Amino acid sequence: MYKTKDGKEIFVVDGHTHFWDGSPENQSNVHGKQFIDCFYAYHTNLSPPEQLWEKSRFEKYSEDDVYRDLFIDGPDDIAIIQSTYLRDFYKNGFSSIERSTSMAARHPERFIVNGSFDPRDGEKALEYIHYMKEEFDIQGVKMYTAEWNGESKGWALNDPAAYKCFELCDKLGIRNVHVHKGPTIIPLSKDAFDVHDVDYAATDFQNLNWIIEHCGLPRLDDFCWIATQETNVYAGLAVALPFIHTRPRYFGEVIAELLFWIGEEKILFGSDYAIWTPQWLVEKFWDYQIPDDIAQERGVELTDEIKEKILGLNAAKLYNIDVEAMKEKLNAAPVQIAAE
Amino acid sequence: MFLSFQETELANEVWECLEHVTDPELDEPVTDMGFIEDISVDPQKRKVEVEFRLPTYWCSPNFAFLMAFDIRIAIAALPWVDDVKVTLNDHCFVDRVNEGVNGSRDFSSVFAEYCDGESLDAVRLKFLEKAFVRRQETVLLGLESKGYSGESIVNMTLETFDEVHFSNLEEAKQKPRYRSLLMSRGLATLPGDPAFVTWEGNRLTKAGLRDYLAQLRGVRINMEFNGALCRGLQSTRYKEVEIGPDGPTLVDFIQNRVPPRDAGREPAAPT
Repeated sequence: MYKTKDGKEIFVVDGHTHFWDGSPENQSNVHGKQFIDCFYAYHTNLSPPEQLWEKSRFEKYSEDDVYRDLFIDGPDDIAIIQSTYLRDFYKNGFSSIERSTSMAARHPERFIVNGSFDPRDGEKALEYIHYMKEEFDIQGVKMYTAEWNGESKGWALNDPAAYKCFELCDKLGIRNVHVHKGPTIIPLSKDAFDVHDVDYAATDFQNLNWIIEHCGLPRLDDFCWIATQETNVYAGLAVALPFIHTRPRYFGEVIAELLFWIGEEKILFGSDYAIWTPQWLVEKFWDYQIPDDIAQERGVELTDEIKEKILGLNAAKLYNIDVEAMKEKLNAAPVQIAAE
Repeated sequence: MFLSFQETELANEVWECLEHVTDPELDEPVTDMGFIEDISVDPQKRKVEVEFRLPTYWCSPNFAFLMAFDIRIAIAALPWVDDVKVTLNDHCFVDRVNEGVNGSRDFSSVFAEYCDGESLDAVRLKFLEKAFVRRQETVLLGLESKGYSGESIVNMTLETFDEVHFSNLEEAKQKPRYRSLLMSRGLATLPGDPAFVTWEGNRLTKAGLRDYLAQLRGVRINMEFNGALCRGLQSTRYKEVEIGPDGPTLVDFIQNRVPPRDAGREPAAPT
């Protein structure tokens, strides 16, 4: 719960968080090392200095860290934990559903753990989707189209093998498909983060919600163009939001484009924890105003009502969270400060 | 050992020619970005070796290839140079890039082989267009903020444009860069030619100016995202660079990597 300066309580759903293990013990090769190093570089470059973590903690943080950073120090009410395997880089996967679920089990009311699959695994991917539904009753998945898999260095949402998986998701009621479409961190000249495949998949799977994490940046114009034409495409703010600190004017331009093209109902907050922590992001976002000239140029505004939707109400709709009932439930089980 | 006077002069010349090689995505010189790590010159063998490094291990290989090729082409054009070796460090495709840029094969076929069949010329052109858009937007917004009307902007000739003076640093920097692309692409060459046309060479209209600027802004938002990340990532990565056993080189001096004169001394005792 985020409490504004005038005492208003804002319900916060953090749509994009992780519980990863990028430690040297879990790295399979230099790629695993470089991957977490790259994340760490994002962390060090876009965080305010007082929010910086030491490298070893960043590589592998504890269950207590997650709980404290998100719910005690941070304003999150609910956090959606995404799974990302990167099996070619990490022995036990970068962030697996099993490890995240076991972490979340301590405070099940606070977490939604999403699964992940790789359509290039063929039949095995379908079996795995069944397994995740049966074992963990997942509501959503995270897709990482640039993941390496043997010789393949990426895939597209509209590959035939992917369509088979999405058909199964649809059938099993796994409705929310989060897709990483963001900065190119994996070296593919064929751009695996190109957003055009979203257009096909979103049209062909109308029952599924397509949440495009990092709102396609640096392909914001392509993303906006596609998202305006599809009713089931959403923008996740992870990675875009931290610019609010380092380059606030730039963040204003991005959010103005999103509000203009896809609208206030379809933008979702995400901290991208543990790259960034939600406390400072939510605080700065609540205090933020789009510079006048940018707002006027696009004819948009970022009111408190709109901010409330972005911070939690929009995601609550996608995950069928009854906000008032959930507030009561969480009030009955307030955040516990761990006994020292 | 310090470089001989001649070597320093030649290394300086290499540095100056690298100031015209840009990071294709950011449209900033590789020298300003701090990508150049080392330049060594052998006047007897008429040979130059350059080492460079990118902000992350993961930087897209097509950017790495483009910069490596452009560095080699720029240095090879110096009249006293017979042999160039370009080395990319700490990148996931180091072997391919270094073999591709220093081998005898044609750059286009190397590029096509390692970048999914992409055409080197087409990719170059794509980035040139982005650079054009970014430079043009800066200049257009600069004119607007100076009070020029839409009508006077779309009708402005090259001659009038040349007389405009920008006091804002970024606008002043982009004005000649925009002009040079206009000329080199043949988009405006004579004093009476319109100073503002689209990349395709079409005239801007007063009625369409706002939409056109929105389009340019979209391109810039994407570029700036990469740029901000690159700059940030690069600023931490380059802190690791160490001075070699032969002491600081020209590049170390330019990049401010030379330790202060009193470094290594005992800290003064508290008084």
